[in-house]
Amino acid sequence: MTKYKKSTLKSIVVASLLALGVQQSAQAQISDNVVKIGVLTDMSGPYSDFSGKGSITATQMAITDFENKYHPKFKIEMVTADHQDKADITSNKAREWFDREHVDMITDLVSSIAGLSAMKVAKEKNKIVIITGAGSSKITNEGCNDVTVHYVYDTYATGQGTAKAVVKQGGKTWFFLTADYVFGHSLENDATKAIKAAGGQVLGSVSHPFPSRDLSSYLLKAQASGAQIVGLANAGDDTINSIKQAAEFGITPKQHLAALLIFISDVHSVGLKQTQGMYLTTGFYWDRTPESRAFSKRYFEKMHKMPSMNQAGVYSAVMHYLEAVQSTGSDDTKTVMTQMKKTPINDFYAQNGHIREDGRMVYDMYLAQVKKPSESKYPWDYYNILATIPASEAFQPLSESTCPLVKK
Amino acid sequence: MMRTVTYLILLAIGLLLPHFVYPVLLMKILCFAIFACAFNLLLGFSGLLSFGHAAFFGGAAYIAGYLIKNLELPTIIGILGGVLFTALLGWLVGLLAIRRQGIYFAMVTLALAQMIYFICLEAPITGGEDGMQGIPRGNLFGLSLQSDLTLYYVVLAGFIFAFLLIYRTIHSPFGQVLKAIRENEPRAISLGYDVSKYKLLAFVLSASISGFAGILKMLVFNFATLTDVHWHMSGDVVLMTIFGGIGTILGPVVGSTIIIGLEDQLADSAGDMVTVIMGAIFVVCVLIFRKGIVGESVALYQRMLGRKNLT
Amino acid sequence: MIEIFGVPLMALYSQLMLGLVNGSFYALLSLGLAVIFGMLNIINFAHGALYMIGAFCAWMLLSKFNIGYFEALLITPLILGLIGVIIERLLLKWLYQVDHLYGLLLTFGLALIFEGYFRSQFGVSGETYDIPEILDGPVNLGFMVIPKYRLWVIFLSLIVCVLTWFMVEKTRLGSYLRAATENPKLTQAFGINVPLMVMLTYGFGVALAGFAGVMAAPIYQVSPLMGSHLIIVVFAVVVIGGMGSISGAIISGLGLGIIEGLTKVFYPPLSSTVVFIIMAIVLIFRPAGLFGREK
Repeated sequence: MTKYKKSTLKSIVVASLLALGVQQSAQAQISDNVVKIGVLTDMSGPYSDFSGKGSITATQMAITDFENKYHPKFKIEMVTADHQDKADITSNKAREWFDREHVDMITDLVSSIAGLSAMKVAKEKNKIVIITGAGSSKITNEGCNDVTVHYVYDTYATGQGTAKAVVKQGGKTWFFLTADYVFGHSLENDATKAIKAAGGQVLGSVSHPFPSRDLSSYLLKAQASGAQIVGLANAGDDTINSIKQAAEFGITPKQHLAALLIFISDVHSVGLKQTQGMYLTTGFYWDRTPESRAFSKRYFEKMHKMPSMNQAGVYSAVMHYLEAVQSTGSDDTKTVMTQMKKTPINDFYAQNGHIREDGRMVYDMYLAQVKKPSESKYPWDYYNILATIPASEAFQPLSESTCPLVKK
Repeated sequence: MMRTVTYLILLAIGLLLPHFVYPVLLMKILCFAIFACAFNLLLGFSGLLSFGHAAFFGGAAYIAGYLIKNLELPTIIGILGGVLFTALLGWLVGLLAIRRQGIYFAMVTLALAQMIYFICLEAPITGGEDGMQGIPRGNLFGLSLQSDLTLYYVVLAGFIFAFLLIYRTIHSPFGQVLKAIRENEPRAISLGYDVSKYKLLAFVLSASISGFAGILKMLVFNFATLTDVHWHMSGDVVLMTIFGGIGTILGPVVGSTIIIGLEDQLADSAGDMVTVIMGAIFVVCVLIFRKGIVGESVALYQRMLGRKNLT
Repeated sequence: MIEIFGVPLMALYSQLMLGLVNGSFYALLSLGLAVIFGMLNIINFAHGALYMIGAFCAWMLLSKFNIGYFEALLITPLILGLIGVIIERLLLKWLYQVDHLYGLLLTFGLALIFEGYFRSQFGVSGETYDIPEILDGPVNLGFMVIPKYRLWVIFLSLIVCVLTWFMVEKTRLGSYLRAATENPKLTQAFGINVPLMVMLTYGFGVALAGFAGVMAAPIYQVSPLMGSHLIIVVFAVVVIGGMGSISGAIISGLGLGIIEGLTKVFYPPLSSTVVFIIMAIVLIFRPAGLFGREK
């Protein structure tokens, strides 16, 4: 009975749309003439420092800039929520936004678990998600789908990017401190492969529980190994504590640390004294070009912090999305996705960027080394950019992808 | 008579509600209601405060998820397997925990649950921080669970089943003995009851039903994650129970509805203050609201009745 | 080189010392819990959060008022003690007549409030507190090279533990305290102000947590979550030691720190769970804990 009713209703709607379609301009394809963007982020948990409020600010900036530049005929709205790093809250919120609030695209999604669960909902509802926060390489491998873009970084890029580049710089022997769960082990594996391929050597590794307050026991093992580079295959507090305690035990600066995943907010909170000399891979550094500086200074005025690669990436992603909507005059998922994948990305954030068929946005990444306190001339003057990792090498090659969308 | 009418009205609301409110949210509330009722069986009717119930709630979800996703067994086997596993786990944890009482009991359950959390974090099958994703809902008795509405009625049926089971338990001779132990343990011992055995049985029952709730939640969301084994979850269920009313039949249901609904609302508005608000509710409940919403309402109702009788 | 199970003896000594550093923190925290439990019969779930506040307090003293580490070691416990007194007077006081479990629940709520508030104010990656210059750098003990600061932690916490033990077990004040624990009504009848003692005891226990927080600030990142990971392990330590005696809390704290340190050498994957496993074993054979009495 209800089914019958629904289908009649649908055919009436379709018929009237068809009738209207003849004279209507392209704008009519934007549902209720509003493009609604949802920022689903971590406002209070472990990831809030490099996303959270900053990501919301960046999204708002992108929307305002877009409106000033293009004066679009459609309205742009933003909704925000805290996913608290819980899969069920993410999934619930995403469904509600797509179903009830007519959100067209959700972005940020900063923990892996939030990213993975939101992209499943998006697939089901045929809406777009652009994950800028989460780093799991599952997103563009076994978990991939055709409505998801993975924008900023993944563990493959930061892990093996750092490893390969550091070996090239002369750091041939490695010892790993690995957080004992899937994330840590996959970072270590990716990095190990890259080290061996580049002619380096892994002398050993030790797994530590997650989270670990005291990493000194493991650091002593790294010290005893005599490796040139101590690779930190962990994240967040564990990385920070590793860095602090490595300095305390005099491991640095004799041996160098290479963080396989670290953000500028972490470096800021530990300080240069203890992080100096550390290698890392990043997609964005605020002080790299005049364009990145211009954006970052505007951001700084609002947040009193420099943007992390994630926060800058959200701006770039939202802009890319809105431009795709503008040029196609549609907010239909398939149309916009095709347009986004077709258009290359070159802005203050990404160089030589494009979105691959597995949803991965590939662009040039940078190998950075943290400055000595004496080299730092002004606030947030933290990195020396040592090398550019070209887009084609920075990310996992499509030939290794396990994503079913990749045609082989 | 009046009680029957109340329950019938509630049932009717339960049947009609998904047409007005978002079914996934409703299912989540029902799962937590089962969880809180199971917890209340222990705290409210046996006087045992477990601070580690998340281990059963989340642990069962992982086991059932493993059976359904990795071993590709039917959903019903996953549910039964998960519940059986929690019963066993509950028996082991209970065996250790009931050796201590009161505050010690709470600390022991918390510590053992933390151990299980670490196992879930590091075990290869759980997917660590990413959780176990994409667990299919499958079929139950030939009925596809794919549609949210179908699953809602299955979860509702699961809730009614668990609720009746707990209700029957409380009103059975076994439940009476539990109450006797709660009121005065030495007297129950002197009356010749094997107190430890009763406590252990209550613990196993509560753990199994909690596991059942966790499995249903896993089916609703298609994933099992570390959030459900974390000690914050153990704290949440304590809060739901106290807020609704310890030792009342409907209290945990009311408590979980409000807390989950609140959590859902706060995600938009309060941002980073959610934890603070939850903590504040905890403090207020403990200080001035110890009977919870249902308990206080009943007390108020009785006071009004009493006054009426006087005049 | 001499080896034990493939581990050089030198390395083993180093790991033992590191275990002892961690044990010092366990001992200080479980000591505070034991002192509070003895008098108030509640388990202070907020202990981890208060330890975190202690560390933040030291950080704020340094960054806002330019007050250094050694002054902070004195000032912070006083501030935390005051916070403890306020908590006791405003909140805990109302719960003495009801089941002691409510005390646990109230302090759990407080822990959530404190942690949530600090998280929203300071972010999660937290702040850095430098090691005071005089204690910076390593010292060679012959069998190992250890940062001076770590030795200082062991030394200072042992002193504090012994002083606390002496105060509770050997002084007049301590005897009042023990009397009030055994029989509050009778003690009150002898003219001792029991509510005052309860208030001061809670304040003292919280001050100990604050003291541990200051000591932790230079070696661990000062972050809002630093206490919550620790507190559950400390609970297990308390269950293992039993609440019977002050010395029990100290010995089991240090001992478990060492055992955990050894696990990190021989079988790292177990190091996060070893304390809980020991707790399970102790519960089987001595339910009241190693040093506890069954009440």
